[in-house]
Amino acid sequence: MTTPALELRGITKRFGPVQALRGADFTLASGEVHALLGENGAGKSTLMHVAYGLVRPDAGTIAVRGAMVSPRNPRDARRLGIGMVHQHFTAISALTVAENVALTAGWPLRPAPLRARVLALMERVGLPLEPSAAAGGLTVAARQRLEILKALAADATILLLDEPTAVLAPPDAAELLRVVRDFAAGGGSVVLITHKLDEALRAADRVTALRAGRVTLSGPASAQTPQSLAEAMIGSAAPVPPGRRRAVAERAPLVRCEMLDLSREDGRGLALRGVSLTIAVGEVLGIAAVDGSGQRELLRAIAGLVRPLRGRLDVTGPVAFVPEDRTTEGLIGELALTDNVVLGLGRAAAWVHGPRLDWGAARDRTAALIHHFGIRAPDPDVPAAALSGGNQQKLVIARALELLPRVIVAENPTRGLDVRAGNDVWQRLGAAADDGAAVVVHSSDLDEVLERADRTVVVAKGTVTVAPAGAGRSEIGAMMLGGPGGGGAA
Amino acid sequence: MKSSGLIAGVAALAVGLGVLAAGLWLAGYDAASALAALWRGAFGSWYAFTSATLVRAVPLIIIGLGIAVAFRANALNIGAEGQFYAGAMAATWAGLHLAGTAPAIAIPAVWLAAATAGALWVLLPAWLRLRFGVLEVISTLLLNFVAESLVSWMVQGPLQEAKRIYPQSDPIAEAARLPLLPGTRLHLGAVVGLVLAVAVWYVFRRTVWGFELLATGTGPRAARVSGRIDIGRVTAFALLWSGAIAGLAGGIEVGGVSYALFQNLSPGYGFTGIAVALLARLRPLAIVATGVLFGALEAGAGAMQRDAGIPAVAVYVVEGVIILVVLLADAMARRARTAMVLPDAEVEPA
Repeated sequence: MTTPALELRGITKRFGPVQALRGADFTLASGEVHALLGENGAGKSTLMHVAYGLVRPDAGTIAVRGAMVSPRNPRDARRLGIGMVHQHFTAISALTVAENVALTAGWPLRPAPLRARVLALMERVGLPLEPSAAAGGLTVAARQRLEILKALAADATILLLDEPTAVLAPPDAAELLRVVRDFAAGGGSVVLITHKLDEALRAADRVTALRAGRVTLSGPASAQTPQSLAEAMIGSAAPVPPGRRRAVAERAPLVRCEMLDLSREDGRGLALRGVSLTIAVGEVLGIAAVDGSGQRELLRAIAGLVRPLRGRLDVTGPVAFVPEDRTTEGLIGELALTDNVVLGLGRAAAWVHGPRLDWGAARDRTAALIHHFGIRAPDPDVPAAALSGGNQQKLVIARALELLPRVIVAENPTRGLDVRAGNDVWQRLGAAADDGAAVVVHSSDLDEVLERADRTVVVAKGTVTVAPAGAGRSEIGAMMLGGPGGGGAA
Repeated sequence: MKSSGLIAGVAALAVGLGVLAAGLWLAGYDAASALAALWRGAFGSWYAFTSATLVRAVPLIIIGLGIAVAFRANALNIGAEGQFYAGAMAATWAGLHLAGTAPAIAIPAVWLAAATAGALWVLLPAWLRLRFGVLEVISTLLLNFVAESLVSWMVQGPLQEAKRIYPQSDPIAEAARLPLLPGTRLHLGAVVGLVLAVAVWYVFRRTVWGFELLATGTGPRAARVSGRIDIGRVTAFALLWSGAIAGLAGGIEVGGVSYALFQNLSPGYGFTGIAVALLARLRPLAIVATGVLFGALEAGAGAMQRDAGIPAVAVYVVEGVIILVVLLADAMARRARTAMVLPDAEVEPA
């Protein structure tokens, strides 16, 4: 057997009270794409952070191409030929594409030679971008390409990708996976962290699944099925999502938009023009859109956070809003869970008596929410940042429902969540609709929208179009990109 | 949490005094007698404690409370010195015009004038911040110099004493002067400081407004999106109240200590007040303690200069070291806390 590109043996890591990894083994062969699966908190990011020098393991060994190493920081890892693309973007918005690449690779910044060098890299990798474009102005898909370029710039042969397709539309995700396959075909090795089972099966040669810090499965992808992977991740068969899609057209609308014009969030021009849309009692309306198409502006207008430029917008309150970025817009990480519940319920909450806040009552209510929603937290006093992503989102949803909303607006509410946590979110939203709320949800996972929504609308090219009943994945995917040649700068 | 903060504070004080002693010893001074003089000047007698330590602690505590209000909302008001002077000018002006009134009228009137002037002094930075995003750190800092120059002009111009010899104002009316604790120079301002500390504590811990300050300061985007808080408004109010409280400190200094306006009325109270507030981690009741500590250091510094011939500025070494040690302890505590974060919470790339 040839020497593996990367071999992790018996990796153990504890963060305070949490045992993140319990003797995990992981072997990445040369020239393979290896999917690393697991629920949130299973330890998959931590395991890769160990390889990338971001986390020092408590025990275990790391070997790169057969040689024992102990990278102390990402720079060490890059010298060993390891590149990583994180879940969140790490490019510096104010710098150009070329400068961002140079910064990671340690290349000199003289413009002309740098441009040539970056263009050569793009050519080699197959990821074209304009080197002089500002990173901040790129579309999400282009930013993701930049992240991969950065990771590969310093002649990386091992590429660690942490949920690279989470924010991408299906065609962009497919494109990215093609690049990854090409890289592996050229002798590189790729770890693809994901929790999309079909993606793991489609793109990977081998899969490893983690559960609670232990490896529960490792082997060729061809021998696996979605069921077997889900079982390895969760420990039991994956929960079967309940179907939806009910006719609700005759019911009273709770949201009514007429000829709505919305400014872009950055103030540069119009995001959407002439939007007319109603959302009825008991309806779950799904929004399919590529990032940056204007769905964010639409949702925030319905939620009452931005004023429409023109047109008419009637929303029956109270309105609950679930922002996409739960760590900066949903919750305040350093404040306690109670504080975050107090934040979300505002001045109308039961614990507000004039100017006075009854913290005891707020804490009791938070403890009740923790209990009812199965949020894994020792008590309401821990900081929100100490919760896992799935539990943070449960808190956000619990808080939103506590408002007894007539309308619920949710931006990508399952982003970064595993199957089980995502399922839980959708079930809560569906139940709220069954109780008479109007629910409008955007998800960057198109399958999820098709599966869970009663009705789907597509936001693309500055307009909102209702998807024809029964439209399939590929049809809606094409609409999202605005037909041929679309999807660029929207 | 609280006891660890106290331990860190005491340790910081010990390290600071140790560094001072070592420095004095290296420079050839008698460190033991210097520290003894420091102690005598601060706590050596009832008179020293009340009339030196506490008299200096009062403005530090009040300013520290004002700083805490702004900093809690992450509005970095560095202009307490200027607001203090604005308050002192207004208080002097009011105090000069209140002859013949009852103290029950004159004293509150002086306080009101001082607080209003302090708030007005921060109005421009607050507006610039809201309207144009001008950093309040810079605008409030720069207005300190304006305030000092204005005082300098006032005491040689409109507010100069009747004989027009000295660069200072006439003494304010008797009615506007604060009552003293018998046998000492400690004035009613000490009570104001304590009452204000409790009031600010109550606002921070028990009111919606205090929570909105905290939310705006720690997570402005979440405050706006999830809390529907008008964060611009909260920031502006935090700055205005902060300025009002610092202005009040200036008014109390004139009414309780100096009875007149002159240059260098404040030995940097507006800046030391920031250290007082930070050292207390913006906790109002702890600000009383750190205010007394810094008051004691400043009082002891005077005695050290007098009795041991050591420049009073040496005490700034102690203050500086204390702040450094506490910041270090804070940073270490924060690292320990973030290490507790569950694994799939985002780990920032290095």
